[in-house]
Amino acid sequence: MKIGALKENYEGEARVAVTPSSAAHLKKLGHEVHVESGAGVRAGFSDAAYEAAGVAVEANAGALIGAADVVIKVRPPSDAEIGQMRRGQTVISYFYPAQNAELLEKAREQGVTAIAMDMVPRISRAQKMDALSSMANIAGYRAVIEAANNFGRFFTGQVTAAGKVPPAKVLIVGAGVAGLAAIGAATSLGAQVYAFDVRPEVAEQIESMGAEFVYLDFKEQQTDGAATGGYAAPSSPEFREAQLKKFRELAPQMDIVITTALIPGRDAPKLWTADMVEAMKTGSVIVDLAAERGGNCDLTVPDERIVTENGVVIIGYTDFPSRMGAQASELYGNNVRHMLADLTPGKDGVLVQNMEDDVIRGATVTYDGDVTWPPPPPKIAAIAAQKPKEKVKELTPEERRAKEVAEFKAQTKSQVTLLGVGAVLMLLVGMFAPASFLSHFIVFVLSVFVGFQVIWNVSHSLHTPLMAITNAISSIIIVGALLQIGSGSWLVVILAALSVLMAGVNIFGGFLVTRRMLAMFQKS
Amino acid sequence: MEYGFTTAAYVVAAVLFILSLGGLSGQESAKRAVWYGIAAMALAVVATLIGPGYGNWGITLIMLAIGGAAGWVVANRVQMTEMPQLVAAMHSLVGLAAVLIGFNAQFELSRVLRAKAADAAAEFHGFAAVLAHKTPSEIAMLKVEVALGIFIGAVTFTGSIVAFGKLAGKIDGKPKKLPGGHMLNAGAAALSLLAVILYATTGAPVLWLTIITLAAFFIGYHLIMGIGGADMPVVVSMLNSYSGWAAAAIGFTLGNDLLIVVGALVGSSGAILSYIMCKAMNRNFVSVILGGFGGEAGPAMAIEGEQIAIDAESVAAALNDADEIIIVPGYGMAVAQAQQSVSELTRKLRAKGKNVRFAIHPVAGRLPGHMNVLLAEAKVPYDIVLEMDEINEDFPNTDVAIVIGSNDIVNPAAQEDPNSPIAGMPVLEVWKAKQVFVSKRGQGTGYSGIENPLFYKENTRMFYGDAKKSIDALLPMID
Repeated sequence: MKIGALKENYEGEARVAVTPSSAAHLKKLGHEVHVESGAGVRAGFSDAAYEAAGVAVEANAGALIGAADVVIKVRPPSDAEIGQMRRGQTVISYFYPAQNAELLEKAREQGVTAIAMDMVPRISRAQKMDALSSMANIAGYRAVIEAANNFGRFFTGQVTAAGKVPPAKVLIVGAGVAGLAAIGAATSLGAQVYAFDVRPEVAEQIESMGAEFVYLDFKEQQTDGAATGGYAAPSSPEFREAQLKKFRELAPQMDIVITTALIPGRDAPKLWTADMVEAMKTGSVIVDLAAERGGNCDLTVPDERIVTENGVVIIGYTDFPSRMGAQASELYGNNVRHMLADLTPGKDGVLVQNMEDDVIRGATVTYDGDVTWPPPPPKIAAIAAQKPKEKVKELTPEERRAKEVAEFKAQTKSQVTLLGVGAVLMLLVGMFAPASFLSHFIVFVLSVFVGFQVIWNVSHSLHTPLMAITNAISSIIIVGALLQIGSGSWLVVILAALSVLMAGVNIFGGFLVTRRMLAMFQKS
Repeated sequence: MEYGFTTAAYVVAAVLFILSLGGLSGQESAKRAVWYGIAAMALAVVATLIGPGYGNWGITLIMLAIGGAAGWVVANRVQMTEMPQLVAAMHSLVGLAAVLIGFNAQFELSRVLRAKAADAAAEFHGFAAVLAHKTPSEIAMLKVEVALGIFIGAVTFTGSIVAFGKLAGKIDGKPKKLPGGHMLNAGAAALSLLAVILYATTGAPVLWLTIITLAAFFIGYHLIMGIGGADMPVVVSMLNSYSGWAAAAIGFTLGNDLLIVVGALVGSSGAILSYIMCKAMNRNFVSVILGGFGGEAGPAMAIEGEQIAIDAESVAAALNDADEIIIVPGYGMAVAQAQQSVSELTRKLRAKGKNVRFAIHPVAGRLPGHMNVLLAEAKVPYDIVLEMDEINEDFPNTDVAIVIGSNDIVNPAAQEDPNSPIAGMPVLEVWKAKQVFVSKRGQGTGYSGIENPLFYKENTRMFYGDAKKSIDALLPMID
């Protein structure tokens, strides 16, 4: 198949859907790759670089659409682009079918198969093509960089000869992919990071990234993300109140606030109200990653950087991934090529639109003259539902003492019972067995005891040498053979001699091998 | 020589044997401990040789020389990865020797009794002299001891041979049972019990002893055939224990305290090892011995996702970026003989100032402590080789965990899935590391046939291929 990447004509868009390296992978799948001239310039890939990677450069969009069987791009295709496409052609790009009903209808009319990169279901298998996640990762990182750029102070705390610098306090609202990436970037700059999310199960992830989870003292059980495919669900008004109260409390202390809260299919929830902004210190920075969907902060102006009256900077850019065009293109290009790899199961350059496949079905929004959006729910749940964790009950000192006493008693009891049974058995043996046996029996029992005491102290790493040495030692049985070898019967002599032979193998073999092993243990 | 001298020498030998086992508590003192063991053994043999009523020096020395030479050659040739087989093979020798000595005791007894009947004043030497002084009740006791010694020895013999075959890959490692299963074992055990009673009370002693031996041979064979390869650490330590008990039983027969002491030491040592192994697998000793896993409690948790492969370059890049690295070796490392490559990798990473450590699960490999010995052979310093309990808490702070040829011991199902056959078994929590690389031959399940959700986790990447080749491929890329 011929795969062609269009130049993005959206204002300020720097990304491109194919890079020289992803093109190389696509060629391995048996595809031929084309690119519109100048498509990669803003991401740092010249036409020459593409040509060097074996990509055919087409002069303009029309030529490219004409040549390609599959058109790939980043932003949703424009009406003009869709109009140029022909029946049976495939387009892979962002589509936002929920917001772009007209575009969807147009694609259907044209008979184009549209695969929406933003509709890839959130299951483990599809992670490699989850463009939303890879872009959110970049956005989270870039948000911290933008914040640092607009923040007049250090992120990290320092004690210098010229005075002490406290670390910046950063609050991340919403710990999705972007939030977690932001936590990572902010902590590695040295800031003190706090993070909040309505899904309680992400507390662990937040803490693993080095931030402190902001706990809400709220009784109502929040649904975890498992029910909604890993995304947050809208919260109840009471919960929202509790949340805002917590934020009001935090606002005066925070230097940087990065909000990333989004709920699928809705406008961004308003979480950072005007009075919170007012309460913040002069010079503080708010980065609103939800700006495109209305913003989490009341005062956000999409695509703008504004400064409030009390000197708080609010950044509402919507093009964070595009601000890191080269990186974003690499990742998006890889997402697209993984999608194409799934669409080309035979690696023979033949596209198979397998509508039984959860991932392909989920991402396909128009197919064969039909609108196939919204897709049926995927056959497997994205994330296993969290099992409620059992809390280990904290024992009071009295309870603990009582438990210890009970344990001690149980131990004593079992020991005494064992001793009692043992003693009775001994007595029974003593009543019936001859005296000569008993004297040996005492030796036996004591040896078993000594053995138990000694062996418990053997270090774990020496268990193999222990086995080898006990093996060597067990050939003490040679003594028995030696006692018999002087017998008058030839049969006994032969058997005893054989036993000596076998024990001899064991003695020498066992000790030697043990020595060899122990000699190898070295300290660094 | 006086009888008193021999006994005194035995006492010294017994003390040395105890010190020898006790010395294994630390790596350094262990080196001394072997010499104690060797000295004790030499003392015991010499004291017996010059003890009362000894004859046939010539045969003894020839046999010792042949046996010793064979042992020497084997011990010097054996690869460290073949240790489990060697130990199993050696147990079989002790078992067989115990059987032969037991039969000898019976032959001597018959001979002495016949001679005494013919001539009440007949003179006897050595062991025969001891037998000649026994009262009838003591003879009955003796017979029980003989039967016991032969029984344990025979089980040890065939059991060890089967274990050897399984460990050496000469017999299929899967659990196998004849139709009838454990009823056959129980039947054989009942048969031998009956034979013991008949042996102790009626005539035709050799016949009954032969029956006991054959029944025990069968039990040893069938019991160990029914146990899967993954349970071999328990089996080997159990057989080790049996070889000790067999020696102790023979000691009773011959009235020799040194045999009893040493047999009991070895027996309890093996028993403790088996117990430790079972605990490490969260299995009941009985269930291990009866073979196979118990009935499953319910369907295993479904596993989602896919195993994502990775190439050597990416693993090397991750290693170059990591500061904290933990390597979890398993039987696969032994099979691929990869320990030298792993050691080289460790050396290179440590030279770059990274903290590299090894996490050893108690049942990793096919012998208790198997991995420690292999790593020691490859000159990995023992102070970076840690036990499960010492290192399990460190996984969350680890950048990269590398799993080399182990499967069940890193299976999160043991903690997460109550229906898993290994539920509750303590495992190394590698999945808590930031990144996990699993070096594995292919996509199949491990020895126990249990699916491992670790391979499907998001932070896990599968590094397919022979362990040695995979690690060797990494080496030039670490800089």
